[in-house]
Amino acid sequence: MNQTRRTFLQATMAAGTVAIATSAGLLTPSTVLAAWPKKAFDATKYADALKAIAGSDKAENSKEISVEAPDIAENGAVVSVTVKSKAAKTEQISIFVPENANPLTASYIMSDAVDGFVTGRIKMRKTSDVIAVVKANGKLLTAKKPVKVTLGGCGG
Amino acid sequence: MAKKKMKIRAWADKGAATVKAIVFHPMETGLRKDKATGKKIPAHYIEELSVEHNGKKVLTCLWGPAVSKNPFLSFRLKNAKKGDTLKLSWVDNTGDKDVAEAKIK
Repeated sequence: MNQTRRTFLQATMAAGTVAIATSAGLLTPSTVLAAWPKKAFDATKYADALKAIAGSDKAENSKEISVEAPDIAENGAVVSVTVKSKAAKTEQISIFVPENANPLTASYIMSDAVDGFVTGRIKMRKTSDVIAVVKANGKLLTAKKPVKVTLGGCGG
Repeated sequence: MAKKKMKIRAWADKGAATVKAIVFHPMETGLRKDKATGKKIPAHYIEELSVEHNGKKVLTCLWGPAVSKNPFLSFRLKNAKKGDTLKLSWVDNTGDKDVAEAKIK
């Protein structure tokens, strides 16, 4: 079989599957997809992303926030990050990696039924700070931790 | 899809509970290239995951493509006891979704 033709067919089929999945998603009413902040996740600068997700880019350093991450991450595809907030009325915890193509990694909207604590795993393209921004009682508090990455995790 | 896509564990202690969950998902960024064809692998990642405790929404996770493959989540739930129900539901950027329930042990 002609190699170009095969590649073409594979690509077409893959694209077709995605299109079907997308249209199926649009047809079924979604209960969980409230308002995924596309603008914030698409932002390429840390300040823009912070403004889009939290409404302001002015965050003050706080000792009430702590970021736990490894000093050296051997594999940037899996970096375990824990953010703890001792601030009262923690409403939202956002995690940023300024050196990634899109700095906003994840944002957790907390109700008063959970403690100000969240753990997740993120990808890091290269050595960078991991910044946590916590929205508590209407204020933005921040803390960061540098993480050295020896193998990038965003492909390429 | 029949394949199990989530694992949830939750333990109660002293009126609170620790919850740990893993979702099995490729979390493609859309930046990676398929080495065989040289074409970009389309982005495929979870956008939103929500957690309900006894029917009440307690945590919403907004995730971007930079969350690792097979995302892990852990948090502490206040005022939880043994036998309470936890419901996790997610939706990804292609409209795929899944729901799983677990009881606090």
